[in-house]
This record gives sequence, structure tokens and C-alpha cells, in this order.
Amino acid sequence: MTKKYDSIVIGGGHNGLVCAAYLAKAGQKVIVLEANEKVGGMAITSELGGVKVPTVAHIARAVHPKVIKDLGLNIEIAKANIPMIALNTDGQHLKFKGDQVSGMNGAIVSAEDIKGYKSVHRNLQRFAKFLSPMMEAKAPKLKNRDREDTWNLIKLGVKLRLLGKQDMQEFLRIALLNIGDLLEDNIDNKQLIGAAAMDACWGTHLAPRSPGSVLTAMYRETGDMKGTRGAAHIVKGGMGNITDKLLKICTDLGVNVQTNAKVSKIVVEDDCVKGVELDGGEIITAENISSNADPRRTMLDMVGAEHLDINFTRRINNIRDKGDTAKVNLVLDRLPSFKGLSEEDLKARLLVCPDILYAEHAFNHCKYGEMAAKPALEITIPSVSDSSLVNDGKHVMSIVAQYAPYKLKAGWSEDTRNQLFENVIKVLEQYAPDIRECIDVSETLSPADIAKRFNNSGGHWHHVEMQVDQMLMNRPIHGAAQYNTPIEGLYLCGAGAHPGGNVTGVPGMNAAKRILSQKK
Amino acid sequence: MSIAIERSKLGIKETPFFPRLKELSTTAHWEHWGGYLSPSELESLELEYFAIRSNATVFDISPMCKYRIQGPDAEKFMNRLITRDVRKVKSGRVSYVVWCNDEGHLLDDGTIFRFGDDDFRLCCQERQWDWLISAKLGFDVQITEETDEIAAIQFQGPTTCWFLKQLGLEGVENLKTFDLKYFDWNGNQLLVSRTGFTGDLGYELWIENKKALDLWDALFALKDERHIRAIGSGALNLARIEAGFLAPHVDFLSADHVIRSTRGRTPFEIGLGWQVDFNKGQFNGRRALLKSQKDKTDRYCFVGFEIDGNKPADHSLIYYKKKQEIGHFTSAMWSPTLKMNIGMALLKLPYGDSVQEELWTEIYTEKELKYDVTMAKLKVTDRPFFRNKRRTATPPADF
Repeated sequence: MTKKYDSIVIGGGHNGLVCAAYLAKAGQKVIVLEANEKVGGMAITSELGGVKVPTVAHIARAVHPKVIKDLGLNIEIAKANIPMIALNTDGQHLKFKGDQVSGMNGAIVSAEDIKGYKSVHRNLQRFAKFLSPMMEAKAPKLKNRDREDTWNLIKLGVKLRLLGKQDMQEFLRIALLNIGDLLEDNIDNKQLIGAAAMDACWGTHLAPRSPGSVLTAMYRETGDMKGTRGAAHIVKGGMGNITDKLLKICTDLGVNVQTNAKVSKIVVEDDCVKGVELDGGEIITAENISSNADPRRTMLDMVGAEHLDINFTRRINNIRDKGDTAKVNLVLDRLPSFKGLSEEDLKARLLVCPDILYAEHAFNHCKYGEMAAKPALEITIPSVSDSSLVNDGKHVMSIVAQYAPYKLKAGWSEDTRNQLFENVIKVLEQYAPDIRECIDVSETLSPADIAKRFNNSGGHWHHVEMQVDQMLMNRPIHGAAQYNTPIEGLYLCGAGAHPGGNVTGVPGMNAAKRILSQKK
Repeated sequence: MSIAIERSKLGIKETPFFPRLKELSTTAHWEHWGGYLSPSELESLELEYFAIRSNATVFDISPMCKYRIQGPDAEKFMNRLITRDVRKVKSGRVSYVVWCNDEGHLLDDGTIFRFGDDDFRLCCQERQWDWLISAKLGFDVQITEETDEIAAIQFQGPTTCWFLKQLGLEGVENLKTFDLKYFDWNGNQLLVSRTGFTGDLGYELWIENKKALDLWDALFALKDERHIRAIGSGALNLARIEAGFLAPHVDFLSADHVIRSTRGRTPFEIGLGWQVDFNKGQFNGRRALLKSQKDKTDRYCFVGFEIDGNKPADHSLIYYKKKQEIGHFTSAMWSPTLKMNIGMALLKLPYGDSVQEELWTEIYTEKELKYDVTMAKLKVTDRPFFRNKRRTATPPADF
């Protein structure tokens, strides 16, 4: 059976839905094909032990204001602008809010360090603001004689100059630096440096001393979804609430959203897309296809090398897209008692990374195909802010654990997954000694599990590692930038396209604009 | 002997035929070819050249890169690699091919041997292992490097068929140009292809390394009945210019070797546009080549010329109306067989294409430490310059 559409969107992750909504708004007949039984990709809320857990993504920072406005996306926030608390085994934690940092329970932060942190934070925010207009358009290419690109480059140049001589020099100095060096230049407090440094590395194959970690820190700060740049929010009903709403927006706009519809092949004829073939053999035809699947899966598995050039496939095959980030979700019978934290404090984002060396040690394991014995953790307990997730006094704890490689030397199995869970809990016990007794149900997702469950090649948060050689006009690779691919009518609209990962909706929005602008 | 042979002990490899070549070399003119020592000239360039056109000559092509491509996707793989339609090359046939990088710039030329539906050999000048391995992604094929495993000679000249018949290769005279066939020879598998680089009657003989000298000796054992001569690359080069063939590193550069981004050439720019089949589906560089044809971005053309006078014009600059410099000869010679001054040149478009009049070349000739300068008029000429019916006659005459 053959059905004809203007556009097919492969993958119902948030970017796929955003792309579909923009296309439908412009009057296109659109179908979204999601392999899983539920849309939302890695931004979903799932049932676990009778409560709702944020399966992968757990914090909203950067859903783009344009996406919110254009699509009428009303994101309900359970707790806005949550602080970050860097945990310490003796209860002397540090609390971060915006550019402020303070000691808890007698922890001492010197006036110089408070000032130093403020200055680093100010610069990161200022530079993120300077970079953020780059996110909203296709990344300009240098030599393609495109007026929009030339104009964007000129604007960027002027803005860079307008930062002022000192700031411009500082931007150029630190842009490719590692976050460890930047913080150590300005701050002495090791605990402060450790937490702030690790915060730049979540979801990447970077540790604080890896070059490029300042860039990822800036990228994080580009989001200003609720008017506060870089702020983190807990979404009511979990991250799935955002994608549920996007689904509603899509269906209201007449988008046909099909779940359990796994695309096995993109049908290419005479260098143009003709449609897709589903796992069951059904063919759906369309003028355009935008793929929210990662670039490797899209180009090598769905299109196939026979339709592509050799260096192009080599570059796609060499994309760095292996995730290092695992997820542990816990359903708790009661709230654990963290040393020196009140219940109100548990609404914050809790960080376990006592100092830079801790993160570097954890990363070392990962480099050699092992999981970290003592992983760095980012923890939220969304049920403290949002009681609608749970019942019977239960709680949900969502833990991001780094580092655990996609390609584990020993291979991912029930045993190694249990090992990962044990490593996480052992670390957590040092801060919340009764955590083990509180656990009712748990779920451990290695990057390989994430890859399998969400059909995402390397199980990477950002689909494609966020590093300068895989960003802007080189994202995901040279030859597939600006949402286009060598195949006419095939576009990339996922996190593997510019500007990149996190729940922003920007790749989806930009891709839709690109498709519409290239429509003959 | 010479310094070059001393070096062979330091890592330069000797081909399976080297012991015989060494005995025959009186001039000790050697060069390096793909890590092997190869003769530029053995005794006399002139004698070797004339032997190609009048007798039988043996040139050792063992250093040629040889890759075996086998497996269920072999045809698909080859068809995507090269610009021609491989599906039209039948089993038992050889085809001249070129291939390009993603930008549509030439990487190398060579020949493919089709042994079966899913069994090919690619022979070429440049190492291609890295490129083939990159190309393998997504295809069910096995690629084997056979360069060091197979000895080969180019056996060229009017009397070559006679020699092969004396070896007892039954039916060898029925091979048409670009045919290939395995013969049982003294219990060995001897592959004969009617191919070559001289534009003359000739064959290429392929055999496993350890039988190489037996083959050589069997051919040279007939030397009292018909003249047979081993040759070096110098004589072969003269014959190939007469035949109008391009030589890598001379007439074009592999896009992998050039440093300047503007030095890559499309097949159209070096006169090989006929190799490009846009109708066969995807092949590497197709999009770039289609675009260059559509946008007319090609900047060069490759043209054969007849040159006034008798002074060889190799490397001479070419002028339009004796003033404007528009290109140069990449290969040129006085052809002793044709009694004609010929050459192949790379010209900036539209010269040589739509503008063929008023083309001149400035030839510098050294005469005892004094240079003479001649402006010679050029006439565009079809290639090959040298045509002879014996190249394609089947069966060939014995002479």
C-alpha cells in the first residue's frame, strides 16, 4: 500500500515533532513515523513501579522561546530555576544559583572565589548570548554564496567586535580551552571547581581537562526558555509532558503520527528521496523526508552506502557518537536522608563530583572501555517538586551517571548493568546512607540500553558528540550541513544537526525552515 | 653493479623477473616503481622502441598494483567505485576504467579484469588499498591485495601471438582485444589478456611468482626463431604516446597527491569524459561531475596535436595567436614510426575545444649550450596517433 505525503518525519523525538509541526503549519501534509510505541524519544516520562519517571532527560533548560511561541507550546513548570548543590560527604555542601555560590552547613567559600566564580559565570553567559543567534539559523557556510549565510557571518563578526576589545579577546582565548583551566585560573576552592567543571561535561565524551569543555559549557548557557539564561527547570509531569504537548500540537495541525512504525529503508531513486519502507514492507511516499534519527543510522542504515560517495560514508562512519552517560532511575518508598539537606534542598539539582581529579579518574576508566568505579552523578528528585508523578508517599530519583562507555570492554549484560547500579549506589550512600533501604524499584540504562531503546546509534545524548569539529557548518559532518544531505529531499532534523543536542527543538525548527525555503 | 642495485638490499624490492633483467641490463638505468626496481632502459632505448613496433617485447609490470574484489556485492561495489557501467563488462573481459573522489576529481586510471559474476581484479598505478577499504563500508565484498603475489609482463609487438602459440596456448589466437583467458601451461595457470599500453598487438601475461622465471625462459628460448627483447619504461613511454594513452604523474595527477586544491581534474578535463556514464546510477563523484557539467565549471581540456617541424615539444608552452599563454604539452615526441611530431597537451578552455585555430607552441632546443627558440604551429589531431590493424586483427598474423 502506498500513501502520498508532502513530508515524512522519521522519528518522533521532540525535534521530529517540532519539525513536523512547523511543516504542517506551513500547509504541508505530514506523517511522523516513530519506531517505539510512544513518541518523545529521549524526552519521555515512563511508568516504573507504578510511578512516573523521566526515563532519560530530566531537566529542561533550553526549549527555544521561538519554538514555544510559534507552536503555542505551553510548558508547565513544577519548579523553575532550580539551584545546584554540590554534595560533600561531611554535609558541607556548596549551593549554586545563577552566578551566586554559597557554602552550606559551615562550608567556607572565600570572597575571592565568590568573585572569581561570578566573573567566569558572567563571561560564559555573555559569550553564550553572543553565540545564541547562531543557533536560530542554519550554520553559515563560508563559501556557498548564500546571502543569508553571508549576512549571518557579517552580523556575527560585528557582534564579536561589539563585545569590546577585552571581551572579544577573552572569548577567543577561552572558546577552545578546557573548563578545568578556566576555573582554576579564577578560583581556588577545589570543591567549587570540581562541581562547576563537571557541570560542563554532562552528556559528552569530555572531562574537565578535555579541550572544548568550555564550548559545551557555553552551549548549555545558550538556552533561556523562561527568561533566565542557563537556568534549569523541573517540568510538571516530567519531560514527557513537553513531547506529549508537541504530539497534541502536531495532531491538531493534522499531522498523522504513527507509532510502532519502524523505518527500515529510505527509498532513493535517481538521487532523490521517493519515500520510506517500513519494517513490515509498507511503502510510504513523500516529496521530502526529514530524519530525526541520528546521522549514522539515517545515512548508513536507512539510505545505504550504495547511494553515497565514499569519503562521505567514511566521514559518517567516523562520527564520534558513542555515549558515555548512563541513567539510573529509582522509585523510592520514602525520601532518603541526605546529610545536611532539608526537603526543600532536594528540589535542587544535586551533584556528586568532589573535585576535578574525581571526574578525571572516572573518565580514565571510560577511555579504556571500563565503567567508572566512582561515577560522577547529577541527581534530581522531581517528585519533591511535582507530586503528580507519584502516589502513596513514593518518590522518584533520577540519576545521570558518568562515565560508562557505550562500548564496554566486558560487554553490557545483566551482570555489568548490576555492577553499574552498584557503583552508583555505593557513591550515593556516602551522601545519603539510607538510600538502599528506600529503593522500591530501580532501572539502569547503560548507553547501549539507551541506544537500543531509542534507536540512537551510540546512545549519545546529543546524537553526535558536541565538539568544535562536529559543530556549526561541520555538524554532523562536512557534506551534510545546513540540514541537507547529498540525497535531494532528504534532511536531517535531529540533535545530530546544528546546533545540537539537549531538549531545544531548534534543529527541528531550523530543518523545517530549510525544507520550506528549498521547496520549489 | 650500480648504486641502485646496492640499494635493493636496503629495502627496494626485486620483482620475480629481476634476475633476468639484471643479466640483460647493460646500461644500469633503473628507476623505482611502487617500491620495486624497474628498468628505464636495458640496452638501448632506440632498439627497444623499434622492437615494440616490429618484433616482440617484454616489459616487467609486476610492480603494478593488483587488487582482487570478490563477493556477492562485487559488481555493485565496482559499479559505485568507477565511472563506467561495470554491468556491461562481461565475464572474461577487461575494461579500461577511471575513478574519482567525491569532488569528481580523478584518483587514478587502470583496468578491471572480470573473472566471474562476483570476481574482479583491479590493476592500477597508485596504491588504492585505503580507498578500497573506505569504499567497502556497507558492501559484502572481500578485498585482497595481490600486488606482491602475481608476476606479470607486458608482451607487446607484432609477433607476440606467434610466441604464445609456440608456448602451446591453444586458441590464444582467438582472443579479441580486451579478452582474458586462463591457459593451462606446463601444469600452471597462466592468465593471458589481450591488453597493453602500446597501441600495438600485444598481451599481458600473469602468473604466480614462483613460475615467473619459467615463463620468461620459455619465451626467450624462442629467440633464435623470432627476435624478442626485454625493454625499459623509456621505450614503452614512446609507444604509449603514439598510442595516445595518458600516464599518471605525467598527463594527470591523482587528486590524492595534489596539494593545491585547484589541481584536481575531472575526467572531462583530461579527455576521459567518454568514461563517465551518468545513466548507470550512483557512482563516486557522480553528483560533483553532474554539477560541473551543468554549471560548466570545467576549466581545462586535454588535446592531441600534430606539431609543425621535427623538434620534440615536451613541456613546451602553448600560445594563442603566439601571445596568450593557454597551456602546455604534458607528453610530446617526434614519432619515428609515424614520421610525425606529436604531443598531448592540457589547455585552458575554450582553447583546444571551441577555439582550435591560431594555436602555437614555443619550443626551446638546446644546441651545444645555445638555445634556439621556434614557434611551431599546432593542429588538433584525433588520438591514437598510431593506428594499426594488427592491434585488433583476430586471429593475428604470424609475420
